[in-house]
Amino acid sequence: MTSMLADPRPRLSSEPVVNTPPVYLDNQSTTPVDPRVLEAMLPYFTEHFGNPHSTSHAFGRVAAEAIERARGEIAGLIQADPREIVFTSGATESNNLAIKGAARFARAHPQNGQFRNHIVALQTEHKCVLESCRELEQEGFAVTYLPVAPDGLASVAALEGALSEQTLLVSVMAAHNEIGVIQPLAEIGALCRSKGVLFHTDAAQAFGKIPLDVGAMKIDLLSISGHKIYGPKGIGALYIRRRPRVRLLPLIDGGGQERGLRSGTLPTPLGVGLGRAAAIAGAEMTEEAERLRRLRDGLLRNLARRVPGLRVNGDLEHRLPGSLNLMFPEIPALTLIEAVPSIAISTGSACTSASVEPSYVLRALGLPETLANASIRIGLGRFTTAAEADFAVDALAAAANRLTQQGGIPT
Amino acid sequence: MTTSQIESYLDWNATAPLRPEAAAAMSEALGRWGNPSSVHRRGRTARQIIERAREAVAGLVGEVDPSGVIFVSGGTEANHLALLGPGRERVLVSAVEHDSVRHAVPAAEIIPVGPEGIVALDALDRLLGVDERPALVSVMYANNETGVVQPVTEIASIAHRHGAAFHCDAVQAVGKLALEAGAMGADLVTLSAHKIGGAPGVGALVVTGGVDLAPLLRGGGQEHRRRAGTENLPGIAGFAAAAVAAAAELAVYERVAALRDGLEAEIAAIAPEAVVLGAAANRLPNTSAIAMPGVAAETQVVALDLDGVMISAGAACSSGKVGPSHVLAAMRVDREIAASTIRVSLGWSSSEADIEHFLRAWSALYRRCRGLVQRARAA
Repeated sequence: MTSMLADPRPRLSSEPVVNTPPVYLDNQSTTPVDPRVLEAMLPYFTEHFGNPHSTSHAFGRVAAEAIERARGEIAGLIQADPREIVFTSGATESNNLAIKGAARFARAHPQNGQFRNHIVALQTEHKCVLESCRELEQEGFAVTYLPVAPDGLASVAALEGALSEQTLLVSVMAAHNEIGVIQPLAEIGALCRSKGVLFHTDAAQAFGKIPLDVGAMKIDLLSISGHKIYGPKGIGALYIRRRPRVRLLPLIDGGGQERGLRSGTLPTPLGVGLGRAAAIAGAEMTEEAERLRRLRDGLLRNLARRVPGLRVNGDLEHRLPGSLNLMFPEIPALTLIEAVPSIAISTGSACTSASVEPSYVLRALGLPETLANASIRIGLGRFTTAAEADFAVDALAAAANRLTQQGGIPT
Repeated sequence: MTTSQIESYLDWNATAPLRPEAAAAMSEALGRWGNPSSVHRRGRTARQIIERAREAVAGLVGEVDPSGVIFVSGGTEANHLALLGPGRERVLVSAVEHDSVRHAVPAAEIIPVGPEGIVALDALDRLLGVDERPALVSVMYANNETGVVQPVTEIASIAHRHGAAFHCDAVQAVGKLALEAGAMGADLVTLSAHKIGGAPGVGALVVTGGVDLAPLLRGGGQEHRRRAGTENLPGIAGFAAAAVAAAAELAVYERVAALRDGLEAEIAAIAPEAVVLGAAANRLPNTSAIAMPGVAAETQVVALDLDGVMISAGAACSSGKVGPSHVLAAMRVDREIAASTIRVSLGWSSSEADIEHFLRAWSALYRRCRGLVQRARAA
């Protein structure tokens, strides 16, 4: 490739991305790309830039092989077959594809003139799940938005009560983006399978952080995100069970890539990045979970000692290792966040964090508006150090005490 | 036959290499990671990168309000959003559209094309006149397989006369020709980053006027509620840098056109039986669809690949599968010719050496296959 070699070769730097101030404790929102992931991606941005669908020439084949390796790495983390993994642009698309794709396929392929037209989702699902359900309601589907217990966990008995002969699909988030709680996936999966209902789980937060096994948990559809696991933004995946086969109508049709389920040129470097991120997360999961759990428990213990009345939203036991959702009674979350500019934290989901609405998730736990508004989310991650956690405790405790003495809240 | 050491990449319509400017911008954005929707400092920095990128990308299509730029995952998604988002009762697409347009609305009506692949304007006018339901017309700026450029301004004015909106898939044209959405009369324009030296995985739908769009992907209210999902920050930053560089280097395509024209002249001199499809039409400066009658396109692609020359038998998305090109079929190209057509596409760094390399490999193949070519001619 004489022409391109003559060019100054484009370079992407793979210098490690380190935490620079402010201390970043918003790892549920997004995570930095791990330098090892970046290093794996770089060649596919530059020298191996071929279109993975151009399999008639060498450049395309190199890209296609890399994509298939990545598919295997992703599948390996959830005990799936590589052919069950479809790349998407992210978890939002995966969730839209899983829910709308399954519903529209059922409607387009009625049996004896009938199709199941009922969907169940938790009230605390991510916006993109809820919005997909609402769109289906407009198309004539019935949706049950199931309440959760005050600890954020779904009741399997209540779920069973919500199912009917008409139920097509249940969507339950594996681990929650705001409160971190982990749902009883295996029990829900077993229930759904016994009723012939599809089980979709949004695992954007759980994938790579807790063990997931689509076989043992009887999961039919599982959504994956790249940028939540130190991989790149702009890439995600959907696991789609092959046996028994789950059928979907594609949202994005065209060139027929991804077995016709997701057309569009597959971004090779991003796919490679997601694969590498999955492999690293899998290899380091046990140790990293233990480290984060200790870090989080220490942070909570030290903060609770210094902030009277501090409360944790959501079940503490069934919870992602690095995740906390904390209520500082009498201090509006936005006031607290503004008082600690040296720490990047949030009130909840990033998608809606610019809005002043109280979190619908915390409201679903039964928190009154004032308390929902007094809650912040902390997400510790791979690059969070013990010193940073200590720093956060000091900063948050000092700010909270100062604000309380000042008379707390103007409610 | 051994695999050649020297490689010439002449499949730029499938994807283009990353521009150094895009690589630099992406490195920078990777270091400034954050979720653009987050309120804290990291989130705000990410947000600024995206809003600046919106201006740069808007600049690709002339004087357009940057708020009309919706970042999506690529050209395919943008085409879906354009065709499905406005929710028009009638959708009309040309017979030579990319599959991502043809398949977006299965019930779409097909606008026929003439022998050069150009939309039949009178047919479009008649089709739109049949009934007065709100319609959307989608015609690409330039074809990915032949490079044939459509009379978009005329198409837009016919569409608008009938009250229809006009969408233009400009994925192949952008960065190769100066585009002006206003002059084109396009209400919606599709752009892709990786065809102009950005990274794959990002594209944009540009809304120039008052067309309301229902989102394809729903969730968090990103992109002014028109496209949910955390934005691909580095990809968007790279897209913007590539857009600026591509706009600044448009003149390069005069050199590329000369290379392409020289290539076609050489082919004609070597093989009088060879056919260049769409040659009489206004075409992109970089694309050539060349038939070596009697020799299957797949055979040519494999043979040239062994010689280190990378081309394709048509659109990359379908290059893995066999089957005649719908584009050539719509142009009523003889089946035999269509089955023996390859696509050669050049880019900003294509060189004289690349063209010579291609011509050496192509003419060697032609000499080996002369018997087949002559039989095809006799038939």
